[in-house]
Amino acid sequence: MAAGVAAWLPFARAAAIGWMPVANCPMPLAPADKSKRQDELIVLNVSGRRFQTWRTTLERYPDTLLGSTEKEFFFNEDTKEYFFDRDPEVFRCVLNFYRTGKLHYPRYECISAYDDELAFYGILPEIIGDCCYEEYKDRKRENAERLMDDNDSENNQESMPSLSFRQTMWRAFENPHTSTLALVFYYVTGFFIAVSVITNVVETVPCGTVPGSKELPCGERYSVAFFCLDTACVMIFTVEYLLRLFAAPSRYRFIRSVMSIIDVVAIMPYYIGLVMTNNEDVSGAFVTLRVFRVFRIFKFSRHSQGLRILGYTLKSCASELGFLLFSLTMAIIIFATVMFYAEKGSSASKFTSIPASFWYTIVTMTTLGYGDMVPKTIAGKIFGSICSLSGVLVIALPVPVIVSNFSRIYHQNQRADKRRAQKKARLARIRVAKTGSSNAYLHSKRNGLLTEALELMGTPEEEHMGKTTSLIESQHHHLLHCLEKTTNHEFIDEQMFEQNCMESSMQNYPSTRSPSLSSHPGLTTTCCSRRSKKTTHLPNSNLPATRLRSMQELSTIHIQGSEQPSLTTRPLPTTSNESQGIQGKTKVKCHK
Amino acid sequence: MGAVMGTFSSLQTKQRRPSKDKIEDELEMTMVCHRPEGLEQLEAQTNFTKRELQVLYRGFKNECPSGVVNEETFKQIYAQFFPHGDASMYAHYLFHAFDTTQTGSVKFEDFVTALSILLRGTVHEKLRWTFNLYDINKDGYINKEEMMDIVKAIYDMMGKYTYPVLKEDTPRQHVDVFFQKMDKNKDGIVTLDEFLESCQEDDNIMRSLQLFQNVM
Repeated sequence: MAAGVAAWLPFARAAAIGWMPVANCPMPLAPADKSKRQDELIVLNVSGRRFQTWRTTLERYPDTLLGSTEKEFFFNEDTKEYFFDRDPEVFRCVLNFYRTGKLHYPRYECISAYDDELAFYGILPEIIGDCCYEEYKDRKRENAERLMDDNDSENNQESMPSLSFRQTMWRAFENPHTSTLALVFYYVTGFFIAVSVITNVVETVPCGTVPGSKELPCGERYSVAFFCLDTACVMIFTVEYLLRLFAAPSRYRFIRSVMSIIDVVAIMPYYIGLVMTNNEDVSGAFVTLRVFRVFRIFKFSRHSQGLRILGYTLKSCASELGFLLFSLTMAIIIFATVMFYAEKGSSASKFTSIPASFWYTIVTMTTLGYGDMVPKTIAGKIFGSICSLSGVLVIALPVPVIVSNFSRIYHQNQRADKRRAQKKARLARIRVAKTGSSNAYLHSKRNGLLTEALELMGTPEEEHMGKTTSLIESQHHHLLHCLEKTTNHEFIDEQMFEQNCMESSMQNYPSTRSPSLSSHPGLTTTCCSRRSKKTTHLPNSNLPATRLRSMQELSTIHIQGSEQPSLTTRPLPTTSNESQGIQGKTKVKCHK
Repeated sequence: MGAVMGTFSSLQTKQRRPSKDKIEDELEMTMVCHRPEGLEQLEAQTNFTKRELQVLYRGFKNECPSGVVNEETFKQIYAQFFPHGDASMYAHYLFHAFDTTQTGSVKFEDFVTALSILLRGTVHEKLRWTFNLYDINKDGYINKEEMMDIVKAIYDMMGKYTYPVLKEDTPRQHVDVFFQKMDKNKDGIVTLDEFLESCQEDDNIMRSLQLFQNVM
């Protein structure tokens, strides 16, 4: 039961009068208020600082230290107060939780000290209110990461023999610091990427003249050497790609990842070039393909954390960049149109069409000013100056915004994902606590039955059985019991409900069944009668034995805390009414 | 170019401002406090002692610092006592039974007056209050539809996981049994006199009305 509204329990019980005329059966007796004591002030002495509160305030949360009888262990007889040798600052927050129902996390408090205090007082940190929860979780995560980093650096030398060869390889690829071989591989591939990029660049540099012909780029002069270098690099890259493909835990996901696409694009031109012959028609296309070799430089992003972060932030800033591009395009189109019509009149003007004016607008707005296109008319000069002035504003203003957006969006993205992941777990835990409260009633019912069964068997210790529930708990349970009586149905928990549903559907198959199934409380009324119907065909000597057995099974289940109270009349399903005589007798025993 | 952008953005903010003001106004309204009459007056008007009124007010003020309960809060409080099922419909009928002046909010005086009747009143008063609860449209008669709504609301509080499984027509059967008992002249509606007479004839009901005598 929610503890904050314990004071409203008299109202809820009074409102139950509305059920009385509707109910058909008598109501259970109310629990007597044995200790008719008035609400008293209790004194809590925490390391010398005295706090006072009502006893009922603390009893709001009976599953914590202060709300349960556990605090009696700290009662000091001489001074008639409860003494706790703990931090009074944190205790202030804890006591406010009882008073207001909300737990706050003070920012100046150390996170592990706070956690320790909460654990001592038996309070779950998930109850921390929304105002302080994010701060609490952030500090906790930081702390955990710090401790984890320390642990990691200690455990670096440990080997994990349980991984398979494939998993070891994948780990080596992803984290080169795990073994020496991985490190070697990492540096070798890095070296070859650098070599490949440098050869691409040097290939085009003019290398001095061969006597008797024009100046050649190095690529054509030393074509064999360059070809060998290129082949070596591509072979290394191919081997690396195939090894990664083999080691990947999920090959489909690996093929779709960005890095693997870059790898493929980097090595494809070479193979396509091998396949194609030196045909004049397709050599143009072949030259274009060579451009893709420059993508090899992106393979460096595996080696550089910074490049990866840049790529990620660009991706997350895509909307901002898109908007910037859109507004720039708008501005360019406007000014280009204006300049074109302004310069239309002048002769020999370079502004031959609006797209041609785009170049002028872009160059002017970015304040480059090449000077290859200049306006000649007065109107053109006026609009040209407006263009360059506004260009400063349009280009310069969004750039700091984007830069700050980078860091803000980057951190925000991470925090949003974190919060989403935390929210699910947090809601799940709160739901568990809620079902705990509804299960408390079922629990106490079972305990009540236990004491009744023991009374039946005549044991004298029934008073000591079961947990002593507070008066509020017993009153709340009495209220729920009245509701059950009014509607003639009982509360059960989810598993029992599902079991009943399953077995009621199996009711239609009268095949041979084990005794344990038939003596299940959910099914006793119908299947017991069926079972006894079958046993009438057996010789009479067996009949009492089976009945005795079923009765014994029933009573053992009763002791184990079944859901059947022994005194209620419940509406019986009509199929059992067909049995008479012997079956009638078993029927009576069945719904005991 | 920049000027154009500037005017666009200022237009946008002008549109956004009025709604924010409305929210602040609403917040102010809920902060209005209501203080109940003095303790002596309430003690004279109800059947509670001063101490009991103190305990009741502490609980009331804790949940509703503003001094009045609205229907939402009422439903939330009542739902916490019945975590298994859905108590909102029954709480809705209860709220309208407590809110005698139909203002949409229940003050502490109304609350305590109703509790005084329910816990410390005579049998006659209690039965009259219950009749008022069942009579949803407050026309002085209970018909089958009103009773159906009430019984359905009670069954909703049980939730899904019950033994035996709740069937579709269980509430209807329950209502039929009730009407058979209460409706003396079989005209399809139950008047206050029929209700009082039938309840006083039934021992179970009489006994259960005394059940919550010592609740405080």
